[in-house]
Amino acid sequence: MRLNSLVLGAACALALSAPAMAQQLTAITGGRVLTGTSVIENGTVVIRDGRVVSVGTGAAPSGATVIDARGKVVAPGFVAVDSGLGGSEISSVGGSDDLRNGANSISASFDVSYGLDPWSITLPVARLGGITRAVVVPNHPGGGGGGHAHDDSDFAGVGHAGLQSPSLFAGQAAIIHLAAGTDILVKPRVAMVAPFGEAGAGVAGGARGAEFVQFKETLAEVRLYARNRAAYDRAALRDLSLSRADLEALIPVANGDMPLIVTVRRAADILQVLRLAEEEGVKIILDGAEEGWLVAPQIAAANVPVLLNPISNLPGNLETRAARMENAAALDAAGVTIAIKGNEGSVHRARETRYNAGNAVSHGLPYEAAIEAITVAPARIFGMAGQFGELRPGAAADVVIWSGDPLEPLSIAERIWVNGEEQAPTSRQFLLRDRYAQGGEGAMPPAYGR
Amino acid sequence: MRLHRLRGASLAALACVALTACATTGSSGSNGDDAASNEGDDREALATGLDYAANPDPFPSTYRGLPRQNMAIVGGTVFDGAGRRIDNGVVIVTDGRVAAVGDASTPVPGGHQVVDARGRFVTPGIIDVHSHLGVYPSPGVQGMSDGNEATSPNTAQVWAEHSLWPQDPGFNAARAGGVTTLQILPGSANLFGGRGVTVRNVPSVTMQGMKMPDAPYGLKMACGENPSRVYGGRNQSPATGMGNMAGYRAAFIAARDYKAKWDKWREDGEGSPPTRNLQHETLAGVLDGSILVQNHCYRADEMAQMIDLSKEFGFRITAFHHAIEAYKLAPALAREGICADMWTGWWGFKMEALDAIEANAALVDAQPNSCAVIHSDDAELTQRLNQEAAAALAAGRRMGMTIPEERAIRWITLNAARSLGIADQTGSLEAGKRADVVIWSANPFSVYARADQVFIDGGLAFDRMNPAYQPLSDYELGQPGYGLAAANVPQGAR
Repeated sequence: MRLNSLVLGAACALALSAPAMAQQLTAITGGRVLTGTSVIENGTVVIRDGRVVSVGTGAAPSGATVIDARGKVVAPGFVAVDSGLGGSEISSVGGSDDLRNGANSISASFDVSYGLDPWSITLPVARLGGITRAVVVPNHPGGGGGGHAHDDSDFAGVGHAGLQSPSLFAGQAAIIHLAAGTDILVKPRVAMVAPFGEAGAGVAGGARGAEFVQFKETLAEVRLYARNRAAYDRAALRDLSLSRADLEALIPVANGDMPLIVTVRRAADILQVLRLAEEEGVKIILDGAEEGWLVAPQIAAANVPVLLNPISNLPGNLETRAARMENAAALDAAGVTIAIKGNEGSVHRARETRYNAGNAVSHGLPYEAAIEAITVAPARIFGMAGQFGELRPGAAADVVIWSGDPLEPLSIAERIWVNGEEQAPTSRQFLLRDRYAQGGEGAMPPAYGR
Repeated sequence: MRLHRLRGASLAALACVALTACATTGSSGSNGDDAASNEGDDREALATGLDYAANPDPFPSTYRGLPRQNMAIVGGTVFDGAGRRIDNGVVIVTDGRVAAVGDASTPVPGGHQVVDARGRFVTPGIIDVHSHLGVYPSPGVQGMSDGNEATSPNTAQVWAEHSLWPQDPGFNAARAGGVTTLQILPGSANLFGGRGVTVRNVPSVTMQGMKMPDAPYGLKMACGENPSRVYGGRNQSPATGMGNMAGYRAAFIAARDYKAKWDKWREDGEGSPPTRNLQHETLAGVLDGSILVQNHCYRADEMAQMIDLSKEFGFRITAFHHAIEAYKLAPALAREGICADMWTGWWGFKMEALDAIEANAALVDAQPNSCAVIHSDDAELTQRLNQEAAAALAAGRRMGMTIPEERAIRWITLNAARSLGIADQTGSLEAGKRADVVIWSANPFSVYARADQVFIDGGLAFDRMNPAYQPLSDYELGQPGYGLAAANVPQGAR
């Protein structure tokens, strides 16, 4: 095979990815451009200084480095929502998991941004799947309800080691980019996470009704605290059930400034959560919502966005008995803003986000809506509209040139820019692949190959 | 293919009388004569149930097949599963069997209904070699979790078919993804998890109604982290990889001994017959080649150990499942004739899954006489094995390999059938085989392709546009959402 040239190509690309490139004016011409909200045939995308300068049909500006994308598709980098990228290396290795915290004094205040690892081997793998941004969310230590564990490994029970009586909150999410480098954090503390439904009920003592009461009581305490910080500091306030750090972290949630990602699946629970949010003045984002299609008009009327996995179509438990492949299409048709997730926590399988979007299309979601659901919509949902996830002037230059329709498994992300910097098209998996490409039975052991 | 090293009055030969498994292997040694001579012995028969050979198929298939009619599927692009692509092809199905496959000039016999597949694609039914549908069903709640008899490292005596709940809605979802045959396996907590069962993916009230006639049993074995974690966690053996190996060896020593006693008793009839032991009996079936080893094994070094172990005791490993590192041992696997059953996208969920690569299947496939298979192990992934194969194909092409789609389709059809020992019956559209056929709305390597019609033994089992052929399990009746169509969404099942 032609591995030498491939390896050489990777090396060249690495050299090209030096930061100096970012300053250069670059025009990607001739491709089918998916801006995130529209399609431009034979489009020109111009980037400079890490940002998109222009998107249109004009000629490349003079002095620009022109990249010929004829026959290709040019798209914004995709955004993995409800992701663990950078926060978990090997799922079964507890020490490499910084998404889950069992201490009951640091729950709402738990901030995943401190535990992110720019050197994680998961990042280049996701990037090769076209992912250039992620909303990294904490996992609740009580575990999530439902779903199918792979490799039938769940027989030993989900690890709850070190779990103290947890609070309702899993902690706060952060947004990252996936450029190689030493700093991947885009914005910390973009949302609070709390499980409802079975998982939430489990935290509160077993019953859903208990969680709703506990939630309201908690917000009441947060508001009491916010009004009486000075008294609290003098120990002149009644005892509160949360730590000071958690109370502080929840103030923006109680004020409706920080969105609360609510993991909820059952239609009945969705309605209750919508009601709760309205009563408490809390801004929410539904996560999961497998039965959302049953109450799509109500979700739309509440103007609440949904993070969902469109291929979740089986009753993993009794919360998801109405799960359907058409969920994404039905919610979109009702006017709900949806973002499409990857698989299994979107860490190792974040790269499958695009296939999930494709499957939503094959089950009724308009193509443009599917692209939006992995680009523009996540940015909008998390308050970053226009800053990434879109090819439009001013947005971060996260650009991917695809060999074809990016939702197709047969298409390949050929060139990838994040913040205007071209990323090496390689990963640890590619190194392994190339090492064994000839069968691994040469005179010298494979270990002598790089 | 499968070896029958042992001849004469062995368990294998006796089994062959009742099970047609041997006939499917091409072995010429399945001599009914020997068995008949044993039956002619003067010895009194053992009490019912005490002699395996008296009833080697105690839970027989009652599979009947769905109503069918003769048909000619014409005009589609055919990937026949055996490596051929036929544009504007014709597939003739007669009496539930493939009668002919060819180009547009293929004559359509009288009385055959013509199915128009123009603009569509035709493939063999998809085979999932690694499924837990029915044993880890939906809903996955306590009370339904029947996939792992995680009570002892050796539970070779348990049979997945005894856990299989036919009402698992996952069977219907898998069928809507083109899956016509599945191997249902026990879980991987144990060194020996028990017997798997191969089923036809038809709705049925009973397991027996799905059980594939003439399919050999598989024995689920597991390498690596799972057994050592489960039992090590209980402070018992195996707690390590070396404990795993010691456990396999001890079990095969006991099974050899057991088999020798039965063989001797059948030969000379002296003394009391051995007491039947279901655990040893399954392993004895492995030793005589009638039961196929389906070995969950991630790492290349562990696969190599298992291959040596199989030689130590004289059996064959049919397939390594979850063969994450098969690409590191691809030439050896091909030489040994062992299938590698793989995912494309799963990795990193535990240490032994760290070195997964998307090009695994392509690299395994590149070896002469190889057997690369894409499997699911998952109720969701099984619905989209065509897409998992597409991602594997893309990974191979990305590294410069030339892999036509008609070759890659074998990863989920003919090679999968080989991995289950049923390649003489299904897995490709070749004359004489079961007419397990999927008509796809588009190229199955596209994410947008849907299985329009799924035929099992020539019977229409699923039709995407006809609710009369979109079966619901009993469980699905009357549940939330039952009978409702998602508003404003074009028709199409599930």
